[in-house]
Amino acid sequence: MVSQEANALRRSEPFIERLQRFGKSMLRSPITLVGTIIIAVIIVQALSNILQGEYDFELFVKQLMVGLAQGSIYALVALGYTLVYGILFMINFAHGEVFMAGTYIGFFAIDAMNKTGFLEQHTLLSLLIVFLVAIVSSVLVAVTLERIAYRPLRNAPRLVPLITAIGASTFLQRAFVGLFGSSPRVYPNVHFYILPQVFHLECNAVDGVETCLGMDLVSGRYPLQFLGIEILFRPFYLVVFLAAIAMMATLWYIVRRTKTGKAMRAVAEDKATASLMGINVDSVIVTTFVLGAALAGAAGVLFALYNRQVVPTMGFAPGLKAFTAAVLGGIGNIPGAAVGGFFLGIVEAVAPSLLNIPNQLENVIAFGMLVLVLIFRPSGILGEVLTEKKA
Amino acid sequence: MALLEVQNIHTYYGKIHALKGISLDVDEGEIVTLIGGNGAGKTTTLNTICGITPASEGTIILGGKNITRMRPHAIVAMGVGQSPEGRKIFTRLTVRENLEMGAYARNDAAKIAKDMEFVFETFPRLKEREQQLGGTLSGGEQQMLAIGRALMGQPRIMLLDEPSMGLAPLLVRDIFHIIEYLNKEQGTTILLVEQNAHMALAIASRGYVLQTGNIILTDSARHLQENEMVRKAYLGEN
Repeated sequence: MVSQEANALRRSEPFIERLQRFGKSMLRSPITLVGTIIIAVIIVQALSNILQGEYDFELFVKQLMVGLAQGSIYALVALGYTLVYGILFMINFAHGEVFMAGTYIGFFAIDAMNKTGFLEQHTLLSLLIVFLVAIVSSVLVAVTLERIAYRPLRNAPRLVPLITAIGASTFLQRAFVGLFGSSPRVYPNVHFYILPQVFHLECNAVDGVETCLGMDLVSGRYPLQFLGIEILFRPFYLVVFLAAIAMMATLWYIVRRTKTGKAMRAVAEDKATASLMGINVDSVIVTTFVLGAALAGAAGVLFALYNRQVVPTMGFAPGLKAFTAAVLGGIGNIPGAAVGGFFLGIVEAVAPSLLNIPNQLENVIAFGMLVLVLIFRPSGILGEVLTEKKA
Repeated sequence: MALLEVQNIHTYYGKIHALKGISLDVDEGEIVTLIGGNGAGKTTTLNTICGITPASEGTIILGGKNITRMRPHAIVAMGVGQSPEGRKIFTRLTVRENLEMGAYARNDAAKIAKDMEFVFETFPRLKEREQQLGGTLSGGEQQMLAIGRALMGQPRIMLLDEPSMGLAPLLVRDIFHIIEYLNKEQGTTILLVEQNAHMALAIASRGYVLQTGNIILTDSARHLQENEMVRKAYLGEN
């Protein structure tokens, strides 16, 4: 209530006074000042690049598509961090390895089907099998982790499970290196053609008769003209984005509307009272891990279908970035994780050429952005919604 | 045979010996009250019955079944409902969702819907706030929700922990009327923990007086009301 009144007061303030107050708050906190200067430099740099014609709309659209796909992966993995944090107040740092485990074991499934030719003959069925294998693998790893590494520590100080999680992360990574070696394995090039009647693509003329396979949803790239620009459109980026949206909508439905989802929210709020409702707290926590792991496993296969290479260390960077995305959006907040993931993916794709900095610095951008967001909005982009609900 | 029999239970919080051999029983259809000062062990007794702070010694028998070693969610499924101290409403769940959680262990959708109607009839205020978040309710409304939520489990015995806490006297009277109504008209068996011994003894048939983890006195509610020691210590008379 108090903060609402303060907000109303702030809104009625004249602009100049707000500016003055902002100025004063900056003087009081040097970090805010530094953050503001950095943001100002970024804006100037971006504008000058755009005005000099070094960055144009065409490039932006290209990068936006890559960013949305990459952001979808971050968002899906970020949901796993946020779900577990929401219920246990613990950062499951091994979640990146849960993502890796599904992707890596999924590789064996798709590789086997590729070698027997099953993948080519029954592409859709094969893909469904790969997703299933990856999801089940991720879920098994996550559930085992919860049972062995986290459950016994549930009443320990919060730092303890955090350190265990870091240990579990390294353990899983090293275990996969030990079992399967550290050299990269490559997902096969998948071609999944749809609607040859609609899309006259991938055509072959044999004896003057033209036959078309249709649009290759996974590996195809097609020139596309619109709004006066021409880009090489990759349908799979759109597929990844739509699949991510569909999964998030399903998760949202589960958490908001189903009995299990309501029990998850009850357990997140108060475990003892939840158990007084007849809720088995342990099994609700397992369900939470299962949901997060399933999303990570599915995200892993989507990721591998366009990035192709899988290695036991592949979970580390996306895991850390997904965690960043979860914090960006406001950890514990489900829409926040989605927003944070897309935001991070897009900024990472757009920023290097917009700001004219080398691509190798994309990690600097990702984590620099985390620092900036935390300076100005310590609770994350959507964090305020959470605190209002709590109050 | 009593519906609930608690035999000589001991409970520890770490090294603190909170319950030092509590025995009590509650018959079907009774209101039994536990009175006593702060830290006497009233809430611990309820939490031990529910399995939240398991007893290290002694046995708890519900309807002839030993529930001492069972986990809380299983005990609830056996028919023990609790409206906990401090109400413990799920603040980020709506009123309706809170009530649904109360019926979590049940699977009879039609009967649950009926019981939900009954709760809304008993507490019309909750019906008005059906879609509001639990955290936006006033203290009295939260107490109604906590009792309603416990009722939704269709418990064989309902444990009410300090339903009068923090409420205005008029509201306290309302809440006690409802407790009496639930007992008389619905036949709900109630174990009531109260600091407000006056109100509790007025509606209970029997009472136990707790002091530092021991039961020091048990009698019919009327006799307790007339007991010199109880009057001095818990009814605020000289």
